[in-house]
Amino acid sequence: MKAFSPGDLVFCTLGGQERRGTYITERDGMLVVKLDSGYNIGVSPGDCVLLEHVPPSPPQPKQIAQDSSLPRLSILSTGGTIASRIDYRTGAVTSQFDASDILRAIPGLQDIAQYRTRKIATILSENMTPSLWQELARAVCQEIRDGAEGVIVTHGTDTMGYSAAALSFMLDTPVPVVFVGSQRSADRPSSDNHMNALCSARTGVSELAEVVVVMHETTSDDRCAIHRGTRVRKMHTSRRDAFRSLGTAPLGYVEYPSLELTLSPHARRRREEEPKLKERLEERCALLHFYPGMPPEVIEACGECRGLVIAGTGLGHVSSRLIPAIRDLVREGTMVVMASQCLHGRVCDRVYDTGRDLLKAGVIEGEDMLPETALVKAMWVLGNADNDEEARQLMRQNIRGEYSGRSMHGQ
Amino acid sequence: MASEELELTAGIEIHQQLNTGEKLFCHCPPVLRPFDQHNGEFFRYLRATESELGEIDQAAEEEMKNLRRFCYYTYDTTCLVESDEEPPAPMNQEALAVCLQIAKMCRMTPVPQVHTMRKLVIDGSNTSGFQRTALVAVNGTLPNGVTIETLCLEEEAAQRVEGDTFSLDRLGIPLVEITTAPCMRTPEEVQEVARYLGMVLRSTGKVRRGLGTIRQDINISIPGGARVEIKGVQELDLIAEVVKREVKRQKRLLEIRDRLKERGALVDELVRDVTGTFSGTKSQILGKAPLILAIVLRGFAGLVGEEIQPGRRLGSELSDYARKCGLGGIFHTDELPAYGISPEEVDALRHVTGATAGDCVVLVAGPRKKAECASRQVIRRARMALDGVPKETRRMEEGGNTSYMRPLPGAARMYPETDVLPVSITGSLWETVEIPELLEDKAARFSREMGLDASLADQIAFSEHLPLFEKAVGRGISPLLAARTLLATLKEISREGLEIRTLLEGDHRGQGLGEPPVLGVLDAVRRGQIAKEAIPEVFRKIIGGMDVPSAVHSMASSITESDLVAIAERLVGERIDFVREKGPKALGPLMGPMMKEVGGKIDGKKVSAVLKEAIERALLDGKEVS
Repeated sequence: MKAFSPGDLVFCTLGGQERRGTYITERDGMLVVKLDSGYNIGVSPGDCVLLEHVPPSPPQPKQIAQDSSLPRLSILSTGGTIASRIDYRTGAVTSQFDASDILRAIPGLQDIAQYRTRKIATILSENMTPSLWQELARAVCQEIRDGAEGVIVTHGTDTMGYSAAALSFMLDTPVPVVFVGSQRSADRPSSDNHMNALCSARTGVSELAEVVVVMHETTSDDRCAIHRGTRVRKMHTSRRDAFRSLGTAPLGYVEYPSLELTLSPHARRRREEEPKLKERLEERCALLHFYPGMPPEVIEACGECRGLVIAGTGLGHVSSRLIPAIRDLVREGTMVVMASQCLHGRVCDRVYDTGRDLLKAGVIEGEDMLPETALVKAMWVLGNADNDEEARQLMRQNIRGEYSGRSMHGQ
Repeated sequence: MASEELELTAGIEIHQQLNTGEKLFCHCPPVLRPFDQHNGEFFRYLRATESELGEIDQAAEEEMKNLRRFCYYTYDTTCLVESDEEPPAPMNQEALAVCLQIAKMCRMTPVPQVHTMRKLVIDGSNTSGFQRTALVAVNGTLPNGVTIETLCLEEEAAQRVEGDTFSLDRLGIPLVEITTAPCMRTPEEVQEVARYLGMVLRSTGKVRRGLGTIRQDINISIPGGARVEIKGVQELDLIAEVVKREVKRQKRLLEIRDRLKERGALVDELVRDVTGTFSGTKSQILGKAPLILAIVLRGFAGLVGEEIQPGRRLGSELSDYARKCGLGGIFHTDELPAYGISPEEVDALRHVTGATAGDCVVLVAGPRKKAECASRQVIRRARMALDGVPKETRRMEEGGNTSYMRPLPGAARMYPETDVLPVSITGSLWETVEIPELLEDKAARFSREMGLDASLADQIAFSEHLPLFEKAVGRGISPLLAARTLLATLKEISREGLEIRTLLEGDHRGQGLGEPPVLGVLDAVRRGQIAKEAIPEVFRKIIGGMDVPSAVHSMASSITESDLVAIAERLVGERIDFVREKGPKALGPLMGPMMKEVGGKIDGKKVSAVLKEAIERALLDGKEVS
């Protein structure tokens, strides 16, 4: 049995003096106590006595006035740093808020739209699964059918690119579906959550009709970029401007704090029609990052997969030692797609012998698709095609702007 | 005045930058840079957020009144941690070790497990919006009985370039914060405790030196007054004056309160738009303002203009509060007509606001949002005058005055820094912490053991060159020579406009010994390779780019004993009349030309002895002749 509960008033003896504080948690055998000065310290359990048990008092949620003349947006939350709170158990920042907490935390949102909020999950995005993508896609689709003029999905940043790509394929949307998160924890006054959230809401009421990611464009609080869900990748572990469109320009920008929005002519525009959902996914797919010396057994281990994406070197290569294993895999019915670990540029397996051998083995060139997008697309294609040939054909088809026909300068 | 001083209660908080190899939570060097060397800029907005306990801190909210855009300068010596673009590195162990040393010197008890906290600071000086700080030790005592309450290890804030622009070079430098109990009773005692703590800190040999590397905050209250924290007192000598002036300010505010009460004063809630009253005004500020608002302070006449510190009035306090809304200041009728506002306009103002002669009318002028915010602030502060002294954090102004900064922060401004793991301070670790010799004890020892006079011993002990001095003496170099070289010779050289840093930092040229050239040169004197008179010239040559052995060699004497005797005899011969006239006293005047001849390459004592002998011989010869 625990001696203290979080929030209890305690007396601790330290340096021959008694100090009053609030019990926070236990850590490495020490009791963490918040002193009246605000500092936390860890003290031996024997040096603390209970002064008063204080029952936890949940924060009183403030009522938020919604302006019914504004466009209707839905906020679906999955967790992530856009809405974080301190975990007393581990002392770590974890995703704990639901969508309505976000609205309270970010004043200014209510000037852009009226909101309906819905919690899909409360997870760190590394724990995301294809079945959660499906649940999310169904929920987004439902919100749009129910009249949402745009949907915002709050998401942890680590796998936001995968989820955005997955929804891009599963959902043909007539309105904006905006993924947003934050790179720097929402508890800090400098967090990017505020600006990202406002820019995502602004995108949500815009003329766009695509699945996009809206995040900081630079390290400054100057503007957010609107990235196509199939072309965006987290390119930095911690910076605010980690999200980049690869191989293409962003679909648009939202200036801050003016919230002025510009859209590229290539962005699909809002339409008066119902959303179409094709949610089936073949989860038996894998993504392999090739490295020098990779043994054929690694390829062979993917025998159960119906789809395999290899992030190869350069133009899309693996060691010629692996080619027989790949050939066998294709013969047994696995769709093998080649992407490049260069991330920038197009796969071309017609330049070198190894490439030509890979093509002969039945490998599909993934064009300039991101490896992660190619994986998600393979799942979707295999889940929805009637047969292997149709799957291979769909894989080569540009469905949601996931690749470009032309490789442009400077991108 | 004496009674005022006796009634005060004061405590101090000392902030001292530590001289560690790296910053507190990243691996950047803790170096300050000229602003024009910045290699990039970015900007951010900061927002108050709910803290761990669900309240927004009052001080943080105050700064929010004026939502500002902050610009930051980056350098090749700063990284993503300072930019708040990367989680912090683990706490710098070197900095923690220095803190433990200081804690032990102050007879404190270490915290068993040190937790780093985030202290909300949204004035822009921290990119994250918080300052990382950890309570390291508690409850110590100084020899004079003063209680040290806490010792914290914090990160230094960014330096303000101007306005809302900050420089990231200083952000993250380790800072030790020592807080005394409010147990001091006189301004002089406060100053003395600050001096003593400064000495303790410097005794570690691990603190940064120079302007701005140590700052004192002073907490003061008097009976009936309120706790006021004065930030950033940099000069030790001003502490007593600041305390005296704050005591005076609180006394005056209490007197004003009593008089307001007698008069039945009150503050009108109503704010009137008086823009029309000043439509034809000659006042530039009012003429340009889109909106002018008036607040009537009933029964305040004369008291708003009453001096509470030299050159500061109650009006200055109202003005400080109004400035928080982004306005330049206020006008009030105690100082009008003036500033282009005519007597007729003042009369009209009184008329439209219904103010009588016993009332004071305050004007705020500017864009609507700012003016309305400022009028609320004026009302808030004027009401506080009815209660006496508000609890505040204040900023020191030149000369020892203070102005309002923000309300006193509460405990709600801190929550855990979850990106930094706690550090345990075990009993065995604490045992191994060594206490350095106090600088004042060191000075006494230098005087006692080395025969240095007390003032020189004091100077060298408190000098930044102390480590070099101790090294030199350890090698058998004469303490007097070492002290004089480090204190006087270096200063002379530096006055010539030469960069003496080359002499003090490890020399990696030549034999790659990596030791400071100063030591090499002093060694050469000890070995008799050069005369001590040659030191300045050797220094100049080293600064000019020569390595130590070459510089020493170039100054080494090529003059033999017999050469020296010959030079002395020649000089005496050339001035024989003078020598005969002055007798042995001719030695002094002849030393100059003699040293010039030998080029400072031979020890002055030796030269003097040879010259003396030559003079004596010449005088003897003369006698024989006559």
